[in-house]
Amino acid sequence: MTMKKDYEDIPGTFVFDADRSREGYHLNQFCISLRQQANREAFNADEGAYLDRFPMTPEQRQAVLSRDWNGMLALGGNVYYTSKLAANDGINFQQLAGIMTGMGNEAYREMMVKGGRSIEGNRYKSEWGEE
Amino acid sequence: MARITAGVGCSHVPAIGVAMDTGITDQPYWQPVFKGFEKSRDWMKAAKPDVIFLVYNDHCTVFDASCIPTFALGCAAEFHPADEGWGPRPVPVVRNHQKLASHIAQSLILDEFDITIMNEMEVDHGLTVPLSVMYGEIDKDGEWPALVIPLCVNVVQYPAPTGNRCFNLGRAVRRAIESFDEELNVVIFGTGGMSHQLQYKRAGLINAEWDKRFMDMLVNDPVAASQIPHVEYLREAGSEGVEMVMWHVMRGALDEQVTEVHRHYHVPASNTAVGHVILENRG
Repeated sequence: MTMKKDYEDIPGTFVFDADRSREGYHLNQFCISLRQQANREAFNADEGAYLDRFPMTPEQRQAVLSRDWNGMLALGGNVYYTSKLAANDGINFQQLAGIMTGMGNEAYREMMVKGGRSIEGNRYKSEWGEE
Repeated sequence: MARITAGVGCSHVPAIGVAMDTGITDQPYWQPVFKGFEKSRDWMKAAKPDVIFLVYNDHCTVFDASCIPTFALGCAAEFHPADEGWGPRPVPVVRNHQKLASHIAQSLILDEFDITIMNEMEVDHGLTVPLSVMYGEIDKDGEWPALVIPLCVNVVQYPAPTGNRCFNLGRAVRRAIESFDEELNVVIFGTGGMSHQLQYKRAGLINAEWDKRFMDMLVNDPVAASQIPHVEYLREAGSEGVEMVMWHVMRGALDEQVTEVHRHYHVPASNTAVGHVILENRG
């Protein structure tokens, strides 16, 4: 029996469940390795060589190299892991959200100061015109 | 006998820690966040807990994807602040009441809560930010005024434990603490939330109405609050809003009827709604 996913109809959201965790394992392990200063230095000195230590898929590797933040999430990454790569790049959580939403930092920050993204119209994929 | 006298619900936004660590709490953006904790700091001075039982989650800092315990109890002598990718927070080392922690571990397991025992562990902002907001700035060479027993809950990989399980765990934590033969004043913290989503295109979601209803229910109808299904947190409070299940551990450890002595709610702190309550047992 497969577990029912009653959260798949939430728009603009990847729920980091067992399937995503399995797919993203090596990508996420790479990201968390950047928690150590020595690893950050090794990665920054030669990204490709450092990434060779982690058996991720070519798509995941490319998403890392091109800093495709949404791509990493789509390939099993979780934001708490990818935020370690962002931190290495000098990008904080709010700036990262500005990138992932496509809004840019200023517009995103402005939205948050005004009370954040409303729940109205943002509960179901159908409200976004998605399946 | 050790007693739980009060509970604290509190967000643990990392940027709040950064604001305190860089001395910018009086800036207009941050001032309303910290204003709401002024009363809390006075309350902490009066309450003087000997021990804080602190329920929080690790944010893929100490626990990588290789090991994901649902409930991990800190039994080490001390817990150092972790480097989360931008250096450790300049706050004091967290010290444990080790005998009470191992008593709780034994009691919980015999009470059929099969927790993981951590004899070595660093702690991230999930644990240190609530201590900072409740106590104020303390130099890293100083000491936190209370001993701290960390309970780390997985809320990153779906599914987090259910609200019901968290609530019942809180009851078991109370039984454990109240069977410990030392006069101790224990305050329990449930941390995380409120509504927030940090990822993908719906990032920035805030649902203040839902958050406020959650706090009302938690205070006045805690069993009903503990029955909220995961999908409701994910949909209504954002994918990272599911952290709020940890507040049920705190509430489960308190009396059925509590006195709400303080509440604070503010949007935003970075990507997140900040929520905070202090609840006292009446007994």
